[in-house]
Amino acid sequence: MTGTFAIEDGALRRDLEAFVQRDDAGRGRVELLVRGARCAGCISKIEKAVGALSGVSDARLNLTTGKLSVALAPGKADPQAVVETVEGLGYRACLFDPAEAGALQDREGRELALALGVAGFGAGNVMMFTVPAWAGLFGQELNASTLTLMYWMAAIVATPCALFAGQPFFRSAWASLRRGKANMDVPISIGVILTLIVSFSETILRGQHAYFDAAVTLLFLLLVGRYLDHRLRANARSAARDLLALQAPVAMRVIGGIEHGVPVAEVAVGDRLAVAPGQRVPVDGVVDAGLSEIDNALITGETALAPVGPGSRLHAGALNLSGRLVMTATARSEDSTLAAIARLMEAGAQARSAYVRLADRAAALYVPVVHTLAALTFAGGWALGLGPREALLRAAAVLIVTCPCALGLAVPAVQIAASARLFRKGVLVKSGAALERLAEVDHVVFDKTGVLTEGRPRLIAAPARLVAMAAPLARASHHPLARALALEAGVGPVASDSVETAGQGVEGLIDGRRARLGRAAFVGVAVRDARETELWFGFEGDVKIRFVFEDQPRADAAETIATLRGLGLEVEVLSGDLAGPVRAVAEAAGITAWRAGLTPFEKAEIVDALKAAGRKVLMVGDGLNDAAALAKAHASMAPGAAVDAAQNAADLVFTGEALGVVVEAIQIAREARRRALENFGFSALYNVVAAPAAMLGLINPFIAALAMSGSSMVVLLNAARPRLTPRRRR
Amino acid sequence: MNIILFLAPASVGLGALGLLAFFWTMRAGQYDDPKGDAARILDDHLDDGPP
Repeated sequence: MTGTFAIEDGALRRDLEAFVQRDDAGRGRVELLVRGARCAGCISKIEKAVGALSGVSDARLNLTTGKLSVALAPGKADPQAVVETVEGLGYRACLFDPAEAGALQDREGRELALALGVAGFGAGNVMMFTVPAWAGLFGQELNASTLTLMYWMAAIVATPCALFAGQPFFRSAWASLRRGKANMDVPISIGVILTLIVSFSETILRGQHAYFDAAVTLLFLLLVGRYLDHRLRANARSAARDLLALQAPVAMRVIGGIEHGVPVAEVAVGDRLAVAPGQRVPVDGVVDAGLSEIDNALITGETALAPVGPGSRLHAGALNLSGRLVMTATARSEDSTLAAIARLMEAGAQARSAYVRLADRAAALYVPVVHTLAALTFAGGWALGLGPREALLRAAAVLIVTCPCALGLAVPAVQIAASARLFRKGVLVKSGAALERLAEVDHVVFDKTGVLTEGRPRLIAAPARLVAMAAPLARASHHPLARALALEAGVGPVASDSVETAGQGVEGLIDGRRARLGRAAFVGVAVRDARETELWFGFEGDVKIRFVFEDQPRADAAETIATLRGLGLEVEVLSGDLAGPVRAVAEAAGITAWRAGLTPFEKAEIVDALKAAGRKVLMVGDGLNDAAALAKAHASMAPGAAVDAAQNAADLVFTGEALGVVVEAIQIAREARRRALENFGFSALYNVVAAPAAMLGLINPFIAALAMSGSSMVVLLNAARPRLTPRRRR
Repeated sequence: MNIILFLAPASVGLGALGLLAFFWTMRAGQYDDPKGDAARILDDHLDDGPP
């Protein structure tokens, strides 16, 4: 494409030194987020191409996290060349803010995995010494001194393992106690330490009741649950961080004809910024030079494109479509429209974090009861003449048998299973709490553009002969409408000598004849009601043809709405677009309740009002104008094509064309909630039976540890149980 | 009976070896990129071990 627009700052080089981290020897490192890499071929292509660049000493792509880590030789670095190389290969790439890149290491996960490994080793090896004791071999061929020897060996293996593997629990319990509260980790820590103390004293006194194995096995099982829960959360967090990194792109500050990449937060009022076609406007501002078209759909929800030129106002987050623009910033990033929406989102997310998760609600009831029971057992046992040793042993058994293992596993195990199931259907769940909230919704609010509709213009009712005639010019253009036309025509020849005029159209030679494709005025037609969703085409001195485009409803929209109604949910449409298109789409989908022309703030207010009326709202939206409402709603979903801010605000992100996944997500969430409650019910039943038995001394700490493990297994198996009757409750 | 005094430490020692191997794999970053490692092993040019 040859640009015909004139811009005085014809910058070619971009300076991105701000994104390079340097060590003392001057060696640099940049971190990129690469999207779209999936196979060995991608790794080899990217690493070879980037490694071959001058100044790059090493490149390594992590396929799991999508991070490309590039080591740079000392001297002048050129991160822009790295980004361009990766993008040239067909992947989407963006630079990580150095401050963000440092936070990528998952230290907590590493600690948990190490603790899990140590506990597993301890639990496995300590059994060698304790199983003979439990098998009753010492009454027969082995004597009492061998038993003591076995206990000492068990102590040598179990004690360091328990103290190491217990650290995550001890630390959390201590932190919670210092704040004057008791979380689930407090009874666990007391139980483990008490068991170790009792076992040591028994071994020293040559008694029969040492339970080193119980302490380690308990920790091992607890750590399994803890680790699963951490993985789910870590995945969700890294997804959110990737989205944030994409959302805060580089702003190109123009100084003396050279573009310098700076983090958006550093842009000051009065800075001159360059915005290339395909990029988003970083902050609010006014156009200085250049002609282009701006897609405001993500801010206002309008589907019509807005032509801009010198003097036009730009809002942060708008997408620049066709020409390079140079603008002057009139607001800093934190004062821009985008930031106002982001603040609304934050407020919504805070309100949402006040949601108390099922497991926490259970813990609030559980912990004091368990402590009271254990204390009562000790005091009561001693008072009734048991002796302090026996009483302490029973108290330890109570703590172990009521250990919240099953309770701790009940929810994470179910949520892991449910999010894996959703992932296979193309839905990414960002947190476990999101699934719980999704299960409770009773009111669904849809955005129109990009949710009920496909979100991109599609050519309507044009004869194939005319499409084929205009297609060569359309293929030469980057304009979204021309792209839609080219898509309709398929693969074919491209017009020669094509020249694209930003905001007007494209001109070129088709089979030697000069032709134009673009706005009515550009093609040479005088129409009074020229619309933004149409293109004109004509050969020089020939008849002019009009192509009309429309955003089509998704194929399964009507069916999805009907199914949602069948599930007992109310459905509503909130759109920022004009009333006409909104009514048409709502009626096609069978929705009677719709509102049009809403600002982002009004959308959020309506969601708030619904919440105040006691409704649990699921918001499904894709635009920046939905982001605040997405964050405020009880639960939210965004399609994979949505703007990053919306994906970031949403609880679930779905890929693919079908809207039907909304229904499936709700069904799976409800199923998961049912399973979690089943698990809680089972744990409660188990505790009601086991705790009194332990208090009465019917269960020693080892049997307690076995029973506790058994209950954990039941809970895990229930979570993994496949659905028997898939569509029973529709 | 004396055989226990020999066998028990030996088996614990073997277990400890496994545990040390696990520590080493953690420290060497072998769990950092499971997907990438699965793909790299299929390509001779890329099969260069963890970073």
